Amino acid sequence: MGNRTTQVGSVGIVVPKEFTFGTSTDPLTLESGRNLYPITVRYETYGTLNREKSNAILILHAFSGDAHVAGYKTEQDRYPGWWDPMVGPGKPFDTNKYFVICSNVLGGCQGTTGPSSINPATGNPYGLSFPLITIGDMVKVQRYLIDHLGIERLLTVVGGSMGGMQALEWAITYPDRVRSAIVIAATPRLTAQGIAFNAVGRNAITSDPNWNGGNYYGKDIPSRGLSIARMVGHITYLSEQSMHDKFGRRLQNREQYGFDFNDQFAVESYLEYQGDKFVERFDANSYIYISRAMDYFNLDEKYGSLEAAFRRTRAKFLIVSFTSDWLYPPKQSKEMVFALMKEGKDVSYAELDCPYGHDSFLIETERQGKLYSSFLENLYAH
Amino acid sequence: MHTNLSERVFQEIAQLVPIGSRVLDLGCAEGDLLDYLSRTKQVKGMGVDIDEKMVLQCVARGISVFQGNLDEGLRDYQTASYDYVILSRTLQVVHKPVLILKEMVRVGKHAIVNFPNFGYLPIRLQLLLKGQMPVTSSLPFQWYDTPNIHLCTKKDFRNLCKELGIPILKEIDLWNSKRIPPFVGNLFATEVCFLLQGSSNGKT
Repeated sequence: MGNRTTQVGSVGIVVPKEFTFGTSTDPLTLESGRNLYPITVRYETYGTLNREKSNAILILHAFSGDAHVAGYKTEQDRYPGWWDPMVGPGKPFDTNKYFVICSNVLGGCQGTTGPSSINPATGNPYGLSFPLITIGDMVKVQRYLIDHLGIERLLTVVGGSMGGMQALEWAITYPDRVRSAIVIAATPRLTAQGIAFNAVGRNAITSDPNWNGGNYYGKDIPSRGLSIARMVGHITYLSEQSMHDKFGRRLQNREQYGFDFNDQFAVESYLEYQGDKFVERFDANSYIYISRAMDYFNLDEKYGSLEAAFRRTRAKFLIVSFTSDWLYPPKQSKEMVFALMKEGKDVSYAELDCPYGHDSFLIETERQGKLYSSFLENLYAH
Repeated sequence: MHTNLSERVFQEIAQLVPIGSRVLDLGCAEGDLLDYLSRTKQVKGMGVDIDEKMVLQCVARGISVFQGNLDEGLRDYQTASYDYVILSRTLQVVHKPVLILKEMVRVGKHAIVNFPNFGYLPIRLQLLLKGQMPVTSSLPFQWYDTPNIHLCTKKDFRNLCKELGIPILKEIDLWNSKRIPPFVGNLFATEVCFLLQGSSNGKT
């Protein structure tokens, strides 16, 4: 198959880095008012920070994403990072030109402090003693990282879905620290429907006997519950059309119905596979905490109104939605665009006609790539 | 496409727009007009276009753009939120010209509309003498594949403005790139440009 880790356009093998901050005298104060320390952030970087430190791009990952955006973890690694077509030499986020950063979010399970981390006060994993967090808290932690890297102003913050929520928070909370924000398949607030789907996922996890009140580390994990949570989530990321195109009503192992419980539709089998794969890499408590953080996300409530939220922003915005995304539909993106316009902000909006539902931002990288690279090139040149 | 004629039309439009105005360009295509206006008049511009390729071009040039369908109107745009709302060579392709016009004068303190004049003599003659649907350099399409579904003459447009109660502040008539007097425009202008008063303008 050739060596994928050294192929042209790939960032190759990427070694994650870590940064720790926060002490009892200087803790991180969360939006809830609770203090947390110490906090470790695991992140990856690609490309080189220029002398003026003006070429830094912060990529913000989605719910089940991680800092591993591009390249491979090892020579044997089968799959590259989750946005590999977008990040690398000569790619839209061109690492010959830009310095690209992505960190694992607070509350996650990929090396940044979260419920599966050891609480130094007890020597045991936090579990449910981990404080509830918000999207704003995730962003605050990222700001510590950006400070640590010595970057005053990011060229852009960019993310899809929950990553888009973080990009919004960045532009609102730290108006002087971001030149632009690319907000993809995002929403200014989670709708009741969004909260409902998250609630089903959490219920699946907490109903699994292995969950044990969040105290399962070192024991059997609530894999069934987490797998079902992922299956529900995955349905919301696809569209009716993309499911039809991919699976139709095909049976997985048979030509005709056997009218027994060995009949399995292809879509069932796919969801099972997605669920099982997810359990291998994700922590059930992180699922609960991060989905909660998304439930809390509501810019109007936090800032009084959407217009008030955007009033202080100084970034140039590029807001992107996908026609087939019914989880965070174009309507919600447009609401943000018009609020920004009302405030006289610099905003562009693209509504990409794409059949893959919410997941379009991960799948359709060619047209997105052109859009983001030209947006950044123009910005970087001025 | 950046022909001399469109450059000429841009100049006329630019003369109507004061420096630093807020401009909304409906059907902005690659953003040529907005680019011209921001260079010559330092306008704060925003374009609207339905076509993804056009949106991409605008983004690449640093022009703010909104991908949307003009036939859905401008209901999310605030009243009098722009100094000038421009519809340049787009009137003839929209499905609901009346809706768009009403919306333009609501959202803009002024509106600028320019379009190819279907009353232009050679067009009339093509229909009269050849008995065929006219094809000209500014209207180069055959009847069966034209995007132009709402062609009108200068006179038609004036009548519509009158009917809608939209005051016309200025008329510019061009024969190719030359200015000609408005009173001969309906017959001799290839392109006409109207400056309209916004509905909120003058009332406050």
